[in-house]
Amino acid sequence: MSDRLASGATEKARAFLLELRSEEIPARMQAGARADLEKLFRKEMTTAGVSVGEVTVWSTPRRLVLIARGLPVATAAISEELKGPRVGAPPQALEGFLRKTGLSEDQLTERDGVFYAVTEKPGCATADVLAESIPAIVRAFPWPKSMRWGAASLSSESLRWVRPLSGIVALFDCKVVDCAVGDIAASNHTLGHRFHSSGPIQIDGADDYAAKLRAAHVIVDHEERQDFIREHALAAAHAAGLVMVADEGLVVENAGLTEWPVPLLGRFDEAYLDVPPEVIQLTARTNQKYFICRERTPEGADEGKLANAFICTANIVATDHGEAIVDGNRKVLAARLSDARFFWEQDRRKTLSEHADGLARITFHEKLGTVADKVERVAKLAEWLAQEGIVPNCDPKLARQAAELCKADLVTEMVGEFPELQGVIGGYYAADEGLPQAVTEAIRDHYKPVGQGDDVPTAPVTVAVSLADKLDSLVSFFLIDLKPTGSKDPFALRRAAIGTLELIFKNQLRFRIDKAILNAQVVRRTQELLARNRAIKSALIDAVQTLELDGHDKDDLVEVAQNSRLETVFEQLDPFLEFGLLAFFADRLKVQQREAGVRHDLIDAVFALGGEDDLVRLLARVHALQAFIGTEDGTNLLAGYKRAANILKKESFTGGEAKSLSYSPEPAEKALMDALDLAGPQAAAAVAGEYFARAMAALATLRAPIDAFFDDVTVNDADPAKREARLGLLARFRDAVHSVADFSKIEG
Amino acid sequence: MRETARPLSFQDMILRLHAYWSGHGCLILQPYDMRVGAGTFHPATTLRSLGPESWNAAYVQPSRRPTDGRYGKNPNRLQHYYQYQVIMKPSPANFQELYLGSLLEIGIDPLAHDIRFVEDDWESPTLGAWGLGWEVWCDGMEVSQFTYFQQMGGFDCKPVAGELTYGLERLAMYIQGVDNVYDLAFNGAGVRYGEVFLKNEQEFSKYNFEVADTDSLFKGFQAAEAECQRCIEADIPLAAYDQAIEASHLFNLLQARGVISVQERASYMGRVRDLAKGSCQAWIGKNTAQWQADYPEWVL
Repeated sequence: MSDRLASGATEKARAFLLELRSEEIPARMQAGARADLEKLFRKEMTTAGVSVGEVTVWSTPRRLVLIARGLPVATAAISEELKGPRVGAPPQALEGFLRKTGLSEDQLTERDGVFYAVTEKPGCATADVLAESIPAIVRAFPWPKSMRWGAASLSSESLRWVRPLSGIVALFDCKVVDCAVGDIAASNHTLGHRFHSSGPIQIDGADDYAAKLRAAHVIVDHEERQDFIREHALAAAHAAGLVMVADEGLVVENAGLTEWPVPLLGRFDEAYLDVPPEVIQLTARTNQKYFICRERTPEGADEGKLANAFICTANIVATDHGEAIVDGNRKVLAARLSDARFFWEQDRRKTLSEHADGLARITFHEKLGTVADKVERVAKLAEWLAQEGIVPNCDPKLARQAAELCKADLVTEMVGEFPELQGVIGGYYAADEGLPQAVTEAIRDHYKPVGQGDDVPTAPVTVAVSLADKLDSLVSFFLIDLKPTGSKDPFALRRAAIGTLELIFKNQLRFRIDKAILNAQVVRRTQELLARNRAIKSALIDAVQTLELDGHDKDDLVEVAQNSRLETVFEQLDPFLEFGLLAFFADRLKVQQREAGVRHDLIDAVFALGGEDDLVRLLARVHALQAFIGTEDGTNLLAGYKRAANILKKESFTGGEAKSLSYSPEPAEKALMDALDLAGPQAAAAVAGEYFARAMAALATLRAPIDAFFDDVTVNDADPAKREARLGLLARFRDAVHSVADFSKIEG
Repeated sequence: MRETARPLSFQDMILRLHAYWSGHGCLILQPYDMRVGAGTFHPATTLRSLGPESWNAAYVQPSRRPTDGRYGKNPNRLQHYYQYQVIMKPSPANFQELYLGSLLEIGIDPLAHDIRFVEDDWESPTLGAWGLGWEVWCDGMEVSQFTYFQQMGGFDCKPVAGELTYGLERLAMYIQGVDNVYDLAFNGAGVRYGEVFLKNEQEFSKYNFEVADTDSLFKGFQAAEAECQRCIEADIPLAAYDQAIEASHLFNLLQARGVISVQERASYMGRVRDLAKGSCQAWIGKNTAQWQADYPEWVL
């Protein structure tokens, strides 16, 4: 080591190559593994004091690769100085210091009357650092799932890796790094493509690695493989006169399954195009990892209908140019599509309404009944939303019909096989039955919007069903106290709330959300009570039947049981539900609006006023407020408000404005009164008329008078009458501001 | 496929695999004489994958999946079919290469066909077993399951065994280029698979779905459960395991008869798993002393 240090202690930078070769790594884990490899490597180097320049990480199904450039040949020598006792300090102190450092007194350095222990830490050869780091990296690697293998797995301490690790190439400055992990020693040999290459390949260093492997039919750079797949799949579609449906996830997955990708286009029997295109796309994509294609339209847009073509990505350059491969893949796809077509035909033997009967057998939630129960609630709510005009231009009958059928596809064979297509499949079956278009669309789209960025429905019937479905879920789960907590939201209630907000804003639905929540609660409670009453009554009647009475008395008792009024819905309502749900909506609104740049404190400021149950109006108010707070007037008015509020708080003022003044007000005082006389009613009228910008403008006129008031007028006057009157004036100012928003919630 | 040779018949394919794996050190065993759902249930895999001893075996296992019956009308689905099973413990370092060699042996040329190892983790809830590995694709079709056993009967595999399962009918259909399983050449001398098995599929589909007496099945399940416990108490784990297999098959039949509800299903599977685990535990208990004597570094 000293030799190398002596000759190589230059600043010249060297490259390091690490290849961890294994059996096939799952495609979905490769991106994470690349990031982890770089992270672990940098951490090891930093700890050892090795500076690291540029790092490249690559992956193929059979290898993880790291190339680091700009590594020093050795770490720098470090001189560490430790401060000891003063010269002439008690001997115990010196003895203690010597024990601690392991030095003798003559080895200490003396400076300014203080002892110092100086230790020289020699530099360390980078190759030695790497030899220790490589096994550490391999052993600490955080695979999502790892395994043991081979003879070594007799012991439970044997090495774990995602799949058996079969070789390590570790070269620093073109020399093998001397290390081993388990029974695998690092070397300068690797293997090429599984079928296009045989025998070991010698690697000289980081610079020839990629080229040597390319010659052995391995493209080590995953991005290059992705580019190749994208480009050649597109070209294959183009050559066939088609347009490929872009699918970046599939590009990445296929690049993770191949070392030498070869996209090949094949055709399947046109007869399968009867099956809904979503089904074909899903089975081709998820089960087989194929790209699909559309017919090219004159406009060139990708709106053409699905073509009977697929593009698979092989991992070899086949001897027959891929004919056998395409043929084999076609058969597999045909078998799957033939299953799908069987489901398609089978399902359509029943109407959706007949399928819907089966929903009574599926539990929605053990405390909330079956899916049929849920559907009954959604239908009631959807009809109500239409009847009340909350969703404008919506036919209540169609809303009810669509809601009653919207979950029917859950019991079809097709959705059983492709659960992702719930809704979509129901839409196809509805269209096939000849149901009205509005109903068909509502069945298809009522799950939307799913997450931010998804299309938000605008067709009235769809909006009614979608909104009813989400409101029912929110209310029902809140009623049994299954609210989301922390990161847990098993019933996707946050998504339901955001979906509700998006539906409301997109369609500008004007209604009192508290009233809708109450109604949803009544619907759920009624259903619950009816079910309970039915059960109790039938138990009662059963009991009466067993009594030894003559027929007449029995009939009387049965009738009493039939008519018994057991509980009413209104005894059962939870009065706090609306508060809980409104707060939940407020939270979701903040999250949803964050991306649009709306400040969360302004949402709080408007919510804090209370009584604002129209979310469209609430958001308009927040927008106007944000625009105003951004202006100079707004900022200053806020400052004036805070000052006024602080004084009122400090003085615990609870009185109102003086009816008449017993003194003549100072000019600034009078100016504020006049401004309030004008602005107060203006702002209130503007708010009532929903002209929020106008309300803000009215408030803005208060800015100069309040500033002047604070500059010129002493609130805490010695005269109690003046003091009282001025505090009253400030309270009036505060209340005028509150007609727009609770400014105390605004930050800054 | 080899361009020159005629594709292998169903029986020749099995003979080739036997010769191949025999040549690579595997014992060629015969099918286990009980009704099982998969080759993994054969005690040569289940019980022998436990313990430190080296164990290499290959065999054909008839497998019964009552719910997959289609009365002989579906070209791809059977309630009774054959799996070719290879188990090697410890898993050899060149297990993948050995497997690819076997494909070449039955006529699949990896330079003409696209062979791929696609992530597929295996788990058997009724055996309390799991492993990591792949489904092997040939031109997009799953032709084998390739697994490194990590646990069996709830116990760590030390060392790990490698397991291969070939779906023989599917593989043969591929090699012979046949779209209907009943059209497979069974012997290369004119006998088709359908001539041998079509009647069986028709009759057993009817039995599994319509005829099997559910009362007897429920009683049989309970009897097997009790018998398994008695065998465990008598310290005869091989006999106990037979009863676990029996219970598992009776459960499958009850499923096909549609008399087990979704809620009950999990509970029945748990009961079968308990039997399998109990048998594995008894097997380990009975052999531990010998294993520790032969492999001092081995601990449970």
